[in-house]
Amino acid sequence: MSTTLTDRRRTAPAPGTTPGDAVAPPRRTAWIPTLVLLLGAVYCLIPILWVVMASTKSSGELFTTFTFAPGSGLLDNLAELSHYRDGVYWQWMANSALYAGAGALLSAALSGVTGYALAKYRFRGRTAIFNILLAGVLMPPITLAVPQYLLMAQAGLADSYWSVLLPSIVSPYGIYLARIYAAAAIPDEVVEAARVDGAKEFRLFRSVALPMMVPGLVTVFLFQFVAIWNNFLLPYIMLGDDHKFPVTVGLYSLLQQGANAPALYTLVITGALLSVIPLILLFVGLQRFWRIDLLSGAVKS
Amino acid sequence: MHRRLALATAATLCGALALTACGSSGSGSDAAGPAAGPVKLTFWSWTPNMDKVAAIWNAAHPDIQVSVQKQASGDDLVTKTITAAKAGNAPDLLQAEYQALPTLVSNDVLADIAKQTAGTKDRFAAGVWQQVTLGSDAVYAVPEDTAPLALYYRQDLFQQYGLKVPTTWAEFADAARQLKQKDPAKALTTFSANDSGLFAGLAQQAGAKWWTSSGETWKVGIDDAAGKKVADFWGGLVKEGAIDNQPMYTPAWSKALNDGSQIAWVSAVWAPGVFTSSAPDTKGKWAIAPLPQWNAGESVTGSWGGSTTGVTTGAAKAGHADAAAQFATWLNTDPEAVAALVKEAGIYPAATAAQSGGALAAAPEFFANQPDFYTQAAAIAKNTAPAAWGPNVNVAYSTFKDAFGKAAQEKGDFSAALTAMQQATVADLKKNGFKTEG
Repeated sequence: MSTTLTDRRRTAPAPGTTPGDAVAPPRRTAWIPTLVLLLGAVYCLIPILWVVMASTKSSGELFTTFTFAPGSGLLDNLAELSHYRDGVYWQWMANSALYAGAGALLSAALSGVTGYALAKYRFRGRTAIFNILLAGVLMPPITLAVPQYLLMAQAGLADSYWSVLLPSIVSPYGIYLARIYAAAAIPDEVVEAARVDGAKEFRLFRSVALPMMVPGLVTVFLFQFVAIWNNFLLPYIMLGDDHKFPVTVGLYSLLQQGANAPALYTLVITGALLSVIPLILLFVGLQRFWRIDLLSGAVKS
Repeated sequence: MHRRLALATAATLCGALALTACGSSGSGSDAAGPAAGPVKLTFWSWTPNMDKVAAIWNAAHPDIQVSVQKQASGDDLVTKTITAAKAGNAPDLLQAEYQALPTLVSNDVLADIAKQTAGTKDRFAAGVWQQVTLGSDAVYAVPEDTAPLALYYRQDLFQQYGLKVPTTWAEFADAARQLKQKDPAKALTTFSANDSGLFAGLAQQAGAKWWTSSGETWKVGIDDAAGKKVADFWGGLVKEGAIDNQPMYTPAWSKALNDGSQIAWVSAVWAPGVFTSSAPDTKGKWAIAPLPQWNAGESVTGSWGGSTTGVTTGAAKAGHADAAAQFATWLNTDPEAVAALVKEAGIYPAATAAQSGGALAAAPEFFANQPDFYTQAAAIAKNTAPAAWGPNVNVAYSTFKDAFGKAAQEKGDFSAALTAMQQATVADLKKNGFKTEG
């Protein structure tokens, strides 16, 4: 997928033209890569198809009818999910939207200023700071969840919205991406020219550098949004109040209700399907800013 | 230039140390403190509709307000609670399974409420009460629900194949063989290596004492004679192919229950709920019977699950132990509260007075063919063998899944798997600084 996108951009630089319009010598269809990609697509899409089909089944049909045959209970499932404990599911969705939306926005902002500063200013300790950040990229966030919880508890912030938001804002990976992007996308000459024209540093960042960094920051925003939306362990440890749960932790509590109450599979499956929709919409909506070759750019520089 | 540099550094440092530097706002963990006005208690529970039951309490007790925070049950919750308690953030009240109590007590999560619960002992069966005292003078929780084991079987299919409802395990094995002979496509039941709790309950029935303590020293008896007897019995049935060896609670298992490929299930009194969701087409075709016995004429059973309500040391430190214990006692012994638990949450109450009549007068809808369902259940529950849990049940359980999972798939040696479980459990106790014996 990444190769096709970069190819397209190279052969058809002008926006609005489709790659088919570009004058290129007719090529033979490459069967093997196509087949491999098709297999990959099937591998990724089958589970989604399963969720879509399963969410249409009533609990009686779920385990008894053919896996990929649609059932008859989608509307009932949706209604039941919405009514479950006075609509707590929608509260969870709103919480997830808050954590992921605000968290990713703040994270993109923080990554933007930090990445820009690291890329365009020379100051003592810059390399050291950047290396520490790189070490942070290598650190799996899961190992940090418990220490973060203990710190939050000491600050009196455990079991609050902040306890999930604050750790989500700082993303070493986002800062790293923003720095790479700023280094590549903002020519030093432009910065110098703006300074010569008398722009103050903040003005320079806001009016000159920031617009050039937008595609990179959108990438950071998307990465971070998906990471926070799917995060389970951090909110699971941080939050005790089930009205502050994001949708991941909330659905988990539907599965584990003790032995005498059966797991609410149909509600969980329907809830999982609905929880994917915002992610899909976000990707479709922000696709035109989305630069997948940012990742390969990191290698190129 | 200097200002710019400082700003940039501050931004980066803030990034690296966000939590410590920028996030803290002082104030200790117990900022609220007992002020004038009602005592506010938080209650972590996974029981469905527990908030509705707490609302009854809150309406009658304006000075003690309990707010329920619904959690996901399981071993993860034990870990989460211990972490929260270490950080001084544990809830005031806590739902905990019986087998988690020693772990929670050894991590100093649960407070001793013997003083506040004097006189409630007689409301529960002795074997149940013993599990919340851990055999000491202390009381660490009030029993909420119990889950005595019973045998569920398909009445129609037992009749069709001419099978007798087994009263002993020997008859149970015979029934399994007869069924295989008459219809090789069917199996009486399955041995599930995923369900450690069921195996523990069956071992309890045989008289196993998995953990016992004397003073500071723990003795692990997982592979004692009783445990070996149970392991060999099920291992033998799996080996000769008389029963299935696939885990329970999978889609395939639900299908097997629903279409009659498996016609019996050793399960606890909460089984009707599982049948309703897993095997909806078989409504009215199942019946409950006492668990088969090792010696004819006995009537002992084990249990699979069940939970308690405990008061945390955090609540005790904040001076809320009395209020919290009062709620825990009310929740599990007051007739109105227990009736609400049965009706709203579908639990099988631990309080003996509530186990027949009242909210449990009528059989569950799924068992409409057996009007005396709960009378039978109460009779079965009367002789529940005491369980003996230790501080690392989670380790024993996860070793069970690995060792028995392998043995069941290979139709191999179950007693070797039991030995592996024993060894792993003892090794873990030693590693964590407990004194062990034997």
